[in-house]
Amino acid sequence: MIQATSAAGATNGASAPGQGSNEILTFTLGSEEYGIEILKVQEIRGYDAVTRIANAPDFIKGVMNLRGIIVPIVDMRIKFNLPVVEYNTLTVVIILNVAGRVVGMVVDGVSDVIALSADQVKPAPEFNGSFDTAFLQGMGTVNERMLILLDIEKLMGSADMALVNEMVH
Amino acid sequence: MSMDMSQFYQIFFEESAELLAEMENLLLKIDMESPDIEELNAIFRVAHSIKGGASTFGFTDMTDVTHVLESLLDRVRKGQLALTADMVDTFLKAGDVLKGQLAGHRGDGAADAAAVEFVCAALKRLAGGNAAATPSPAAAPVVAPVAVTVQSTTSPAPVREAAESAPALDCYAIEFTLSATATAATVVNLRTNLGALGGLEALSGPPAGALAGVYRWRLAGSASEEDVWEVLAFVADPALIKIEREAVAAQSAVVIGDAVPASTDHGFFEPLYEALVPQTVSETKAPPPAAIALVACAAQQDHKRRAGDETGNNPAPVKAAAPNADATSIRVGVERVDQLINLVGELVITHAMLAQTTSRVDPVAHEGLLKGMSMLAHNTRALQEAVMSIRMMPISFVFSRFPRVVRDLAGKLNKEVELKTVGENTELDKGLVEKIADPLNHLVRNSIDHGIETPEKRLAAGKPAKGTITLRAFHQGGNIVIEVSDDGAGLNREKILAKARSQGMPVPDTMPDQEVWQLIFAAGFSTAEIVTDVSGRGVGMDVVRRNIQGIGGGIEIDSTLGVGTRMSIRLPLTLAILDGMSVSVGNEVFIIPLTYIVESLQPKAGEVKSVNNQGTVIHVRGEYLPVVRAHEVFKIAPRCADVNAGIFVILEAEGCKKALVVDELLGQHQVVIKSLESNYRKVHGISGATIMGDGRVALILDVGEVVRGQKRGLRVAA
Repeated sequence: MIQATSAAGATNGASAPGQGSNEILTFTLGSEEYGIEILKVQEIRGYDAVTRIANAPDFIKGVMNLRGIIVPIVDMRIKFNLPVVEYNTLTVVIILNVAGRVVGMVVDGVSDVIALSADQVKPAPEFNGSFDTAFLQGMGTVNERMLILLDIEKLMGSADMALVNEMVH
Repeated sequence: MSMDMSQFYQIFFEESAELLAEMENLLLKIDMESPDIEELNAIFRVAHSIKGGASTFGFTDMTDVTHVLESLLDRVRKGQLALTADMVDTFLKAGDVLKGQLAGHRGDGAADAAAVEFVCAALKRLAGGNAAATPSPAAAPVVAPVAVTVQSTTSPAPVREAAESAPALDCYAIEFTLSATATAATVVNLRTNLGALGGLEALSGPPAGALAGVYRWRLAGSASEEDVWEVLAFVADPALIKIEREAVAAQSAVVIGDAVPASTDHGFFEPLYEALVPQTVSETKAPPPAAIALVACAAQQDHKRRAGDETGNNPAPVKAAAPNADATSIRVGVERVDQLINLVGELVITHAMLAQTTSRVDPVAHEGLLKGMSMLAHNTRALQEAVMSIRMMPISFVFSRFPRVVRDLAGKLNKEVELKTVGENTELDKGLVEKIADPLNHLVRNSIDHGIETPEKRLAAGKPAKGTITLRAFHQGGNIVIEVSDDGAGLNREKILAKARSQGMPVPDTMPDQEVWQLIFAAGFSTAEIVTDVSGRGVGMDVVRRNIQGIGGGIEIDSTLGVGTRMSIRLPLTLAILDGMSVSVGNEVFIIPLTYIVESLQPKAGEVKSVNNQGTVIHVRGEYLPVVRAHEVFKIAPRCADVNAGIFVILEAEGCKKALVVDELLGQHQVVIKSLESNYRKVHGISGATIMGDGRVALILDVGEVVRGQKRGLRVAA
């Protein structure tokens, strides 16, 4: 009963999903458009100065103060090998709430929130191992736009994101 | 009554655990020769409360044990049996058994059935076997009210307690109406349930033969109004229940005047009723001859009591009443308190940011704003202090376990040891209280085992046969100091030095005492001669020191051969805040905990030398210390590449010194520690993070790791 009052839980419940369809927050990275389940999103904010962490992979920009909580910031452009863009006032951080942790994700811009019905989602194609598609939930189609749907929980929790303690350290 | 009781289990568990601890304390304090009737009553009440709770929740096994315990206690209390050491031992064992049962119900392990049986049998044997024995003279006059009166005159301190503990011992005038559906069983049940709350007395009721109608009862006990109401509300119409609190003094007169009321048709409340009588008497000014003298010295007592509180040496009667004092406290989850602390920390930072902005405005044009800012500053600080104090608890939570430890261990080793505690009211952070218990336990056991000599040896050395161990806690600067001292044999310098040499440690004969004593903390320092293990704990002094350092503290030893040893543990006041030095490395800011910093210096030319053209050392006060460059450890572009231009911060951790090179010292701060791991992971060389006045995050150095793990750790982690 104490957990229920945690700050993360309170902000998370703001938007209830419609039955039968998934609400997706879409964002852009370079020329690609991605979508993640909106329930995993805690808030969206501008990019602030971060404190670098030594010996972390380069896509981990550092940690940021989010109202007293120390939050790691991941740059998805670096993670997905997209051309690196300068940080400016339009750079956006999506604060995610995944697996009980708060993580910030730097993206080029947030587009909108759309409802995707099950028939709008196609399975992720196989690339014959040329790159790992385990974090792709599927491909969504909205008005001829293609959305790459990410399983953000799986992605952030994966070992190569180095966001969680490894078993052997 | 189909309520789900399980939601109250947790409360019962916590309360019972507290009650058992209280009982243990009382048992250890009791004077075998002339037991204080108040203490006996208090023990009895504790046993009774546990029994009541256990039966409410249907934990029959606990009820059974407490019942036998209670019966025996009742006989002792009434003076029918003399208190013996054997009894106290059995009572303590019974307490242990109850703790085991409690743990069983909680779900951690099962109670030892054999132990339960053994204790019950022992209690029954004590209750039955000695029935014919003559009561001891000391216990005999206990039932006579006169004796109690005398007691209150000789020690007037409890008089003041009467006012304070009034809520804990209340009298309620209860009026309720039963409908025609009530049965005889309803009334009996009600009496039993109310009887469990205190002494019950029927004043008036419906005409004989009828059950429905208006009842007027009176209840004396420590129950709260809600408790009484809840019991009644099950059977009577809630709208027609009236509960009125009566003054204790008025009630006590009635109770004393009346004999046991005629309505005592169930054995359950009879003993309790009597338990209340002597207490009521001693806590009121009822006896007229004594009263005058008491009033006269009441004010004086008041002063004395306060003085006693401040010094931490409470007189015994005050302490006896202490458990009643927490009737005004509430239980709150630690998470909520931590959340509150977090939020207040945020407020402080927000204020700092605002203050930075407002410092640039024109003070004439914005006088009101600046006034508001300074008020905000004041209030924020007050709020922060108030919130921090919630986490503070008195060290007595730790100290209270030691009378038992000392008693048991001294008994086992055939030594006579007296434990003294000073400054139990010294407060420190809850997190520290939990973490200091084990190291302290180890030190106390060590003192008993190796410090205090056997009575024969002590007498031969011209000391009293009974050794003394003193636990002392006090504030010193921004720290809390906890001392464990004994008047035992002291540490033997020669033996320790010989041992160290046999282990190949380079120890000069001229080593200062302080450093010699520190040797016993060395890991792997075979302590066979100096520290033989009492119970095979397998925890060495090195673990004690590491645990204490782990919570940001340190330990020092003073010892004189033949006179005694004193171990002083120095701890920060709280775990949530740390005194740190902020340093800059490149464009980053790091916090180094002050406790690890020996000194900071800028080297003169030629003091820094290279070794094998790979490592670097610095020559400081006759020592060559390895140099660690912070920008290399944290992979930061340094402001100045020349090592000589940097500031050398000499760090000491785990007996190892190193010099850390940083670009600049920025200042000294108190920083709020935040966890990196709650959202990220453990970072090598970093113990946590904090938020600076400008809202940015600064990382806190893990000095232990930086000093120790430079070579193997960092490269691997990278």
